[in-house]
Amino acid sequence: MAETTLPTRHTGVSGSTHKPLWRDAHRLTPYVFLILPVTLYSIWVIGPMFYSVWMSFTNSDGVTRQEFIGLDNYQRLFQDDIFWTSFFNNIKWLVSFITIPIVAGLGLALLLNNDLPGTRFFKAGFFSPMVVSSVVIGVIWSWMYQPFGLINEMLAALGRDGMPIGFLADPDLVTWSIIGAALWRQVGYVMLLYLAGLKNVDKTLVEASRVDGASSLRSFRDIVLPMLQPVTVIIVVISIIDALRSFDLVNIMTRGGPYNQSNVLAQMMYIEAFQNYNMGYGAAIAVVLALISIVFIFAYLRHMLKDEMEF
Amino acid sequence: MATTTAHLDTGEYRKKRNWRPIRIAFYYLFLVPLLLIWLIPIFMTFLTAVRSLDDITLNGPFSWPTSFELQNFSQAWTQGGLNRYMLNSFIITIPALVICLSLSSLAAFSLARFRFKGNLIIYFTFVGGSLLPFQILMLPVYRLANTLNLYDTYWALIIFHGAFQIGFCTFVLRNFMRTIPGEIFDAARIDGASEFRIYRQHVVPLSLPAIAALATLEFTWIFNDYLWALILVQRDELKPVTTGLASLQGEFIRAYNIQFAGTLIAVVPTVLLFVFLQRYFIQGLTMGSGK
Repeated sequence: MAETTLPTRHTGVSGSTHKPLWRDAHRLTPYVFLILPVTLYSIWVIGPMFYSVWMSFTNSDGVTRQEFIGLDNYQRLFQDDIFWTSFFNNIKWLVSFITIPIVAGLGLALLLNNDLPGTRFFKAGFFSPMVVSSVVIGVIWSWMYQPFGLINEMLAALGRDGMPIGFLADPDLVTWSIIGAALWRQVGYVMLLYLAGLKNVDKTLVEASRVDGASSLRSFRDIVLPMLQPVTVIIVVISIIDALRSFDLVNIMTRGGPYNQSNVLAQMMYIEAFQNYNMGYGAAIAVVLALISIVFIFAYLRHMLKDEMEF
Repeated sequence: MATTTAHLDTGEYRKKRNWRPIRIAFYYLFLVPLLLIWLIPIFMTFLTAVRSLDDITLNGPFSWPTSFELQNFSQAWTQGGLNRYMLNSFIITIPALVICLSLSSLAAFSLARFRFKGNLIIYFTFVGGSLLPFQILMLPVYRLANTLNLYDTYWALIIFHGAFQIGFCTFVLRNFMRTIPGEIFDAARIDGASEFRIYRQHVVPLSLPAIAALATLEFTWIFNDYLWALILVQRDELKPVTTGLASLQGEFIRAYNIQFAGTLIAVVPTVLLFVFLQRYFIQGLTMGSGK
């Protein structure tokens, strides 16, 4: 990020500070600009977040009177097998998201970080799955995973014998299959972020090390990788948050089935709250999911706060 | 930067003159097949969308088409209801985009330009809120939409997307506005311009590159939203193209050719946007990553 700082205007000029805020037009200005966006954001985002927390302590089901029941929903949740299946599936998503796209995305970015003809086209090609909606990706990949779908037919053409693989029916495979479709989308995104990060790498340093006789592997390890560290931190955090948000593909491809084997917390919450009308219980799932995310959101904000302090 | 690149190239060229063409050949020999494999799902979507159902069932999905039926597209468009879904997506996306961009530019101006109590807290609340998992908002937003009689109308989606996306847009715009040199404001202030005039006549025009980048990115996000359309809109005639496609999938269960013709129609707007405004799209994403 450019380090040019906008000289912020001190609105609390001495002399005017004696007046109360609401009568001091000068100091009021920044708040006036904020009124509309902050109000709308509070009503539709911040307020609902806290309201969900409250709902998670109630027995809300849309029929009986909503009553406070303390931690009952949470107690029930931690004894619910579906919760633990979903939770561990979220962990699978998370681990996949912070490994494969980072390795593949960095690899592609390194390959495409040059001015050879056609690189623009390659970049657009690898990134293109990110442009289409997850519904479209879900529809296409569901079809590819069919017993007589594209992947099984390709495997058969390559000489594989025996029963077709039930990518979306086999309880051991199903989550990985959905993650596969999600990774297809994610790799291009991470590639793009690394390409932006590589622009900030000082080429003269790399060149100097090469002149000094360092192998390309060594100059990569000792010079390029450390310079990519800040962007890697951001990519990891964004990937974790994305993995915890996973819902669309699960909902479209399997609805969490067979027997909840591909369920994730977001999908479980949707089913409980909007299909079974266990709203209090659904809210408790949402709160657990949000708490896990908030750990990483705070890590991200702390990272940003450090940048702010450098100004 | 151009000079260092050139310098680097000549240096490498002198040292490894004979290897360079071979290395480039390997480069393409590796990347071209990789990209082709990567895009197989997309090619197959095109192929399947123009085949007849008999052709698919008879010859399997992984075979060269023996039929060519463009009427799959018209069937998805009219019978499948994509004409309606597509229109709905635009009716929802464009006003939501206007709301989030105009309001977030106001917030970003305030946060970038003034030093006041709560500045950083408000800024971090915007950023943190935009990273929340949607599930924590779903039930209350659903209830709120019901209470305000917005449930099952376009407005529910327009207002929610407009409000939620303020977080990310404020984040990007605020950081962009901080890079605008302060002399511009001082000059305007000496001329006696009000803060709102500085915002309107100087800051917004100077921020247009960032606003354009955000607009392309946000258009794609709102247009591609599935979850909120699932929660906030019930009637078939109001569904955007994402939930519309999902119901098309239920309606034409085994008719993959129709489904795929539908998906191809559905991706046209965002793909066109990406092809023509790729530069802005990528800028938006990289600005959003904080780098």
